[in-house]
Amino acid sequence: MNATLPILSIDGVSKRFRGPYSLMRRLKGEPPLIVHALNNVTLEVHRGETLGIVGESGCGKSTLARCLVRLHEADDGAVRFEGKDISLFRGTERRAFNRRVQMIFQDPYGSLNPRMTVSQILGEALFVHRMRPKPEIPGRIAELLDLVRLPQDAAGRYPHEFSGGQRQRIGIARALAVEPDVIVADELVSALDVSVQAQVINLLLQLQSRLHLTVVFVAHDLRLVRHISHRVAVMYLGQVMEVNTSEGLFTAPRHPYSKALLEAAPELDPGQRNRKVALRGELPSPLNLPPGCPFAGRCPHVFDRCRTERPLLSPRGRGQFAACHLTDFGTPAPNANNPTGLLFP
Amino acid sequence: MSADWAAARSAFRLKALPRSLVSGGVILGLSLVLALWPSLLAPYDPTAFDYSALLAPPSWAHPFGTDNFGRDVLSRVIHAYTIDMQIAIFATIGPFIFGTIVGAFVGYAGGLWEAIFGRIVDATITFPFLVLVIAIVSVLGPGLGNMYVAVGVVGWVFYARLVAAEIKVQKRLDYADAGRVMGYTPLRIIFRHLLPNAITPAIVYWVTDMALAILLGSSLGYLGLGAQPPAAEWGVQIADGKNFMNTAWWISVFPGVAIVLTGLGFSLAGDGVAELLRVRR
Repeated sequence: MNATLPILSIDGVSKRFRGPYSLMRRLKGEPPLIVHALNNVTLEVHRGETLGIVGESGCGKSTLARCLVRLHEADDGAVRFEGKDISLFRGTERRAFNRRVQMIFQDPYGSLNPRMTVSQILGEALFVHRMRPKPEIPGRIAELLDLVRLPQDAAGRYPHEFSGGQRQRIGIARALAVEPDVIVADELVSALDVSVQAQVINLLLQLQSRLHLTVVFVAHDLRLVRHISHRVAVMYLGQVMEVNTSEGLFTAPRHPYSKALLEAAPELDPGQRNRKVALRGELPSPLNLPPGCPFAGRCPHVFDRCRTERPLLSPRGRGQFAACHLTDFGTPAPNANNPTGLLFP
Repeated sequence: MSADWAAARSAFRLKALPRSLVSGGVILGLSLVLALWPSLLAPYDPTAFDYSALLAPPSWAHPFGTDNFGRDVLSRVIHAYTIDMQIAIFATIGPFIFGTIVGAFVGYAGGLWEAIFGRIVDATITFPFLVLVIAIVSVLGPGLGNMYVAVGVVGWVFYARLVAAEIKVQKRLDYADAGRVMGYTPLRIIFRHLLPNAITPAIVYWVTDMALAILLGSSLGYLGLGAQPPAAEWGVQIADGKNFMNTAWWISVFPGVAIVLTGLGFSLAGDGVAELLRVRR
C-alpha cells in the first residue's frame, strides 16, 4: 500500500445546516438555529484500505460521507483528493473526480430511478463517462452484472422487480461501472435482512480485493464494521472521538465514548448478557453544543477540564488517535468481552 | 402449451389496460374520427340553409332536428367536432409543454426562482380563469387563434406548479443524488431522471384539461369571443338555440350532449392514464 499520500484527506471540515427559523425567533430578533453537523473533522483515508466510520444516529457520519463525494460542500476546512481540494474542481476535473470517487446509498428503494431499466442505469454511467465505445456497452453491462452476481436477464428489468439485496447490488454495479478508486458506502446494508447483509458485504469485500478499491464504510453496526474495516473512526456529535485500527479499537478502545459504545452493543451469547447500563444521559443537542468535550455530560470519567476545554484529536499508540484529556485511557489490559467479535466468519 | 397461452395473452394486452382508459379511448377515438372526417358521417352541409324546414323537430330526415335557418343540427354537431377537438389539443399543448419545462427548472433551482414563480402563480390564480381569458381575448380581439394565446398565457402556470412541486420531491431522493455523484449535468438529471418521475400528474391534468378547454372554448363561443358564427361549434350552437329553448330545445341540447360526452371521454382517459403511469415500487 502506498502510505505516503492519503487518497482522501479531510482537513478540519465543519458543516452547518440552518435549522428552522420560527416566526417567534424572528420577532425576538434571535438568529436562526444552526445545526452543527460536523465540527472540525480531520481524518485520512489511505489507498486500498477500508475505513469504517461508526457512531450513533445523528452523529454526522452520513454528512461526512456526503462531504466526501461533494454532495455537501464543507463550510470550513477542505476535503482533499490526492492532495487537491475537491471544492475547487471544475469542469473536466470535477467529472474525473466524480468518476473516481463513487457512492453507494443506504436506501435500496430510493437510490435507483424507478423508470429506468438496469441496463439503462448502467449504460448511462458508461456512456456519460465514455468508459467504453458505444458498441461495447452491452457487453460491459453483462460483465458488470456478472461482477455483482446478478443474472443476465436482469438487464432489461426495472428496479421494482428486484429485492432489496439485489437492488443494493445494482447500486454497487452502477458505482463500479465508472471504475472508481474510492467507494463511499453509506449504511450499505442497514436496510437489509441480516442474511442478505452478509451476501452484500462479502460481495463488497471480494470486489474490493479484486479491484483494489479504497472503501469508506459508514455504519452503525459495530460487529459489521469490525468484520470489514482496517481502521475505524468513531464519531460523536459531529466530531471524531477516536481513530484506531479495527483490532485496536475493539480490544482496547482509547476513548471512554468508544468503550461505552462497544459495551452498549448487545451480546450474541445470552449467558454473557448483563444488565449494566453503559451510558447515562442524552446526547446534547447539535443546535447548542457545550463548550468543552461533547461527551462530558455522559462520560463516567469526566473531570473539570472536560467541561471547559474541548480535547483535540492527538496521537496515542501506533496508528491510534483519540480526542480525550485522559491520554492513558485504555492502555492497560484489553477487555475480554466477545473475543472474536466476528459476525460473519 | 401454457407458455403458448402466456405468449398469446401478452400479445393481447388490451385486457391488461385500465378499463377507464379503454372506455375513454373508445369515446375519444370516435370523436377523433368525426373530427378528421366529418363529411363521411354528416348527412348535410353544416352551413346550408333549408327554408322549407325551419326549426323542424327530430325526424328520420333530420335526426337531431333543424335550427332557425333550417340547418341540420346533426351535421352541425358532427362538424363541430373538428373545431372542438382542435381546441382541446391546441389550447392545452402549448401550456403543457411550456409549463412543464418552466416547472422542472423552477422546482430544481428553488430559492429565488421559486419565490418569483410563486408570485406569478399568486397573481394568476387570484383572477378567475374565465375572467382572465376573457380580458385577454377582448384585448387581442375575438377568434380561435387569439383564444389559444389567451388560454396559453394563463394556463401554463397550472402545469408549471404541478411539475415544480413534484420535482421538488424527486430531487431530494437518493437516485437524484446518485446522478450528481456520477457527475451528470443538471440538465440530464432534470430531464432524464427527475422529469419522467415527476410528469405523471401533469399528463393526467393535461388530459382532463382538454375537457376543460372544450368547455372553455364553448363558453367563449357562446359569448361570441371564440369560434365565430356561422362556424359549427358547440358553444356557438348552444348560443344560437338559446332563444328557441321553449319551442326548439334540440338546437341547444344535442351540442350540449356532445360536450358532456367528449368531456366524459377525456376524464375517463385521464383516470386511465393515471392508472397506467403509476410507478410500481
